[in-house]
Amino acid sequence: MSTFEPPAETLADVVLVDYGLGNLRSATRGLERAGASVEITDDPEAFAAADGVVLPGVGAFREGMENAGPLREALTDHAAAGRPLFGICLGMQMLLTSSEEADHEGEGEVTGLDLVPGTNVRFDVDRKVPHMGWNELSVEREHPIVEGVHGEYAYFVHSYYAEPDDPDAVVATADYGIDFPAVVANEAGNVFGTQFHPEKSGETGLRILRNFVEYCAER
Amino acid sequence: MGLTKRIIPCIDVDLDDDGDAAVYTGVNFENLEYTGDPVELAKKYNAAGADEFVFLDITASAEGRETMLDVVNAVADECFIPLTVGGGIRTKADIKETLRAGADKVSITTGALERPELIEEGAAAFGSQCIVISVDARRRHDDAGEHFYRDADGEEVWFECTKKGGREGTGIDAVSWAKEAEERGAGELFVNSIDMDGTKDGYDVPLMKAVCDAVSTPVIASSGCGGPEDMYEVFTEANADAGLAASIFHFGDYSIEETKEYLDERGVPVRL
Repeated sequence: MSTFEPPAETLADVVLVDYGLGNLRSATRGLERAGASVEITDDPEAFAAADGVVLPGVGAFREGMENAGPLREALTDHAAAGRPLFGICLGMQMLLTSSEEADHEGEGEVTGLDLVPGTNVRFDVDRKVPHMGWNELSVEREHPIVEGVHGEYAYFVHSYYAEPDDPDAVVATADYGIDFPAVVANEAGNVFGTQFHPEKSGETGLRILRNFVEYCAER
Repeated sequence: MGLTKRIIPCIDVDLDDDGDAAVYTGVNFENLEYTGDPVELAKKYNAAGADEFVFLDITASAEGRETMLDVVNAVADECFIPLTVGGGIRTKADIKETLRAGADKVSITTGALERPELIEEGAAAFGSQCIVISVDARRRHDDAGEHFYRDADGEEVWFECTKKGGREGTGIDAVSWAKEAEERGAGELFVNSIDMDGTKDGYDVPLMKAVCDAVSTPVIASSGCGGPEDMYEVFTEANADAGLAASIFHFGDYSIEETKEYLDERGVPVRL
């Protein structure tokens, strides 16, 4: 196991988007350990001042998108400006266009941020769902977020996974009966997400958060 | 390699004579012996490659709960792995408070048996992934159960849910309860054996297999682990998703690294 050394000083100012879901504490601690100064807020004004934005998430796609609805424009503007946007777990799924999870009759359509075009589909495998626990990351292509983590393990809890329209959007995969995307990114590279929880993935997770913070610092 | 089997050290937290948090390890849920400071122990296990922690507040008192939340908070500052916290969780407010302190999941035993709706309420408010239902089962050899199995001696056996740390029987069949808990929204089942707890004679494999076969949510096997070979048995014969142990790690009989190496050599996927 590698040893993660926290940086001595703050490298970047990061906004953790508070849209009313999930416990933001562990993500905050992880980002801080990785060298970020963290502001937890739902104020879109704060996005512009930050070096990067993190969209966390625990819960369901519909509820997540509905809660994040007022922030949609601020998030897409931030992404269009080429600035770093990092989605974690449900936050990653929200970067896509749609989700099978939100397909309920009579509830109306719910659209994701559509920053990484594609849909989120439910695991259809002969295994336990949710996929819960530590799984090995296979890095499929270069991206700053996955530097140094090929073959390392990350902690997952999810029943749906991303299926981007463009195969090049898949940065890393993990194997759960099928090879599903564990990390995705847009073509420009500034919008990306992890299906796993880096803040719960030990040293590997901290390494990924550090990669993110350094990427933000370089922007 | 795919999904790995999880190795989980369990830390039972009690208050020492000065009212500070301390780790105790017991036999058959009794005869507790002091084994250390919970935060120090957690840091040590984290460095050794623990995949997750389970913290149990065994005081079941208001003071115990406060102390426990402080411990969880301190551990969450140091260890970036999932934390499950149990002991005395009875209401949605208890769940919320525990999650806010830094737990990723809560483990509920008596609270759910006495009011099963708590599972739905917790799952709806916080997500199934953080609702762990702990089943404290004991063997019974009469015909009052619903699901019957063969124990290691070939005797017919069923498993009864107990509550209050194994002190009270309920007459409820543990396998039926596990299925019900899953249907109500439990995201994981944490299965303890009152008969095997602290014995180091191995997990109650028929119990673990019965629950694993009955549900499709992940199962943490607990009670009785005496060494890596017991973990191997419960992973390969019962198909448990995680193996929990306390005393073998606390007393230094085996390290987490050794346990994982043993499993890896025998083809069980683990995070190394």
